[in-house]
Amino acid sequence: MAVAQNQQSVPITSRLSWISRAVGARSKTQTNKALWGYAFSLPWIIGLIVFWGGPIVASLYFGFTEYGITSAPKWIGLANYNHAFNGDNLFWSSLGRTFSFAAIYVPVAIVGALLLAVMLNQHLIGTNIYRTIFFVPHLIPAVALAVVWTYLLQPTLGPVNAFLRDLGIDNPPAWFTSRDTALYSVTMINIWAAVGGNTMLIFLAGLQGVPQELYDAAAIDGGGVWAKFRHVTLPLLTPTIFFNLVLAVIGALKVFTTAWVATQGGPSYATWFFALHIYNQAFLYFKMGYGSSLAWVLAAILIVFTSFQVVTSRRWVHYEGA
Amino acid sequence: MAQMTAQQPASFRLTPGRGVLYLVVLGLCVMFGFPLFWTLMSSFKTPVEMAAFPPVIIPDVFQWENYNRVLVIPRIPVTVWVMNSTIVVTLTTLGTLITASVVAYSFARFEYRGRDALFMITLATMMLPAEVTLIPQFVLFYKLGWINTLKPLWVPAWFGGGAFAIFLMRQFFLSLPRDLDEAALIDGAGYFRIFWSILLPLCKPILATLGIITLIGSWSDFIGPLIYLNSPSKFTVSVGLQFFNNSPEVGGEPLQHLLMAACMLSMIPTIALFFLGQRYFVQGIVMSGIKG
Repeated sequence: MAVAQNQQSVPITSRLSWISRAVGARSKTQTNKALWGYAFSLPWIIGLIVFWGGPIVASLYFGFTEYGITSAPKWIGLANYNHAFNGDNLFWSSLGRTFSFAAIYVPVAIVGALLLAVMLNQHLIGTNIYRTIFFVPHLIPAVALAVVWTYLLQPTLGPVNAFLRDLGIDNPPAWFTSRDTALYSVTMINIWAAVGGNTMLIFLAGLQGVPQELYDAAAIDGGGVWAKFRHVTLPLLTPTIFFNLVLAVIGALKVFTTAWVATQGGPSYATWFFALHIYNQAFLYFKMGYGSSLAWVLAAILIVFTSFQVVTSRRWVHYEGA
Repeated sequence: MAQMTAQQPASFRLTPGRGVLYLVVLGLCVMFGFPLFWTLMSSFKTPVEMAAFPPVIIPDVFQWENYNRVLVIPRIPVTVWVMNSTIVVTLTTLGTLITASVVAYSFARFEYRGRDALFMITLATMMLPAEVTLIPQFVLFYKLGWINTLKPLWVPAWFGGGAFAIFLMRQFFLSLPRDLDEAALIDGAGYFRIFWSILLPLCKPILATLGIITLIGSWSDFIGPLIYLNSPSKFTVSVGLQFFNNSPEVGGEPLQHLLMAACMLSMIPTIALFFLGQRYFVQGIVMSGIKG
């Protein structure tokens, strides 16, 4: 359609100024309007160039240089990437730790959020109050969250271990302070903060979009609670599950603040996640070149994971009317 | 109506199954609520109660003056942090609301070459992790001499406010009837006038949503302030809290109880805002999920 219109207006176009042709307009009014359009999007065009485009190009370039911010970047080719893969003994271990974190965090947070949402969808008395209480941890700034949990999980004086001792557990875990439990403790507090948050609200909205007729139909066919969930709720919720899954994976692979505040990556590197590794290289040792190359490794991993999920989603995500 | 009356009595009938469900929900409420309750109680404790064994949950006498004392600790300038955070949050939120709505108006109502490509690029920036742009942005602000100032934290918000903000606003503008614009145009209003006097007043609900989300995000932001600020007098509440946590004993006096009061101060704005604007907030989250 657009092409046909263009051809009809050739005589008019030829009389228009080069400005009109440059902005894709076919009359003076349209030219004027298009110029206003550019003017209104100008802040973002500048923002995209200064805070996105420029930095992306610069970061790609820094990745191939040795750059200590005070002197000019020095081109060293693939040396940074070579060091990461073959020389830096914290590279693979921090990556592995981040994956271990994600392997627990993602399934527990997704299934947990779904269960909470299903529970809140049962028309219990006081549902709004429960929803708010589940959601509040998500509103606590990550730093405060980490500080509070360091005190709650303090091995000798903390209330959690006091409670466990009351239950008859003589040697409760040392949580953040032990090499063996620190990673699980950080995982646990991240799940605690996330499970009742946005993920749950999005599931709840998804559940409320499931038409009642389908449940009625399932009931007529003799379906019980589980059958209704398995054959009505779950298939209709797959787009929501997919959306939450993508976000949870991205969030998990970028885990930083809670570990940084609660354990500073310790004890003896037990919670030294990949994002902490990037931060330390770039902003503690000011190795901007090496830090940039690590950031691109993270970006590549996120892109691979997200694309993998998008591609495999066709097999299990059910879109209404598709 | 018939459906509602048919459903309600069944929902409120207490069967054994629902009894168990109530117990589970109550248990979960304790699990999610206890840490906050404990922090609140600890913020009223004496240093002795804070370090007591076995732990004291509810203090004997509520030390209300903890909240006065937390504001005047030597070398822990909590009041300054609150002021810095207020400046950053206000400027970030204003910048995001104003520029994101202007840019979204352009995307939703104007036709020009490159608009759709620009919008696709905008969406693409949501996929890229911030880590990639963090280092060059740091270099940029370093060259500008903005390190250890609040500028790197709020200035970028004045350039469109980011892809999510623009996307959210654009979808809302698209839902407003174009007849409004055309009527105003015939009456002789300019494009900016149409935006400011006709469309923006209709955007109040979505502006509230975006404002709350931006405010909470900016108040809780940790990585930005951690990277750009290095003297305690410039800290925001988040980095300040971390600094306080790492130096809990100034002059040999234990201050953990005041740290808990500081934690409460850091949580109050986000939690209060959520309660005040719960409807708008939830709507925004849900809208972000619907496109998935």
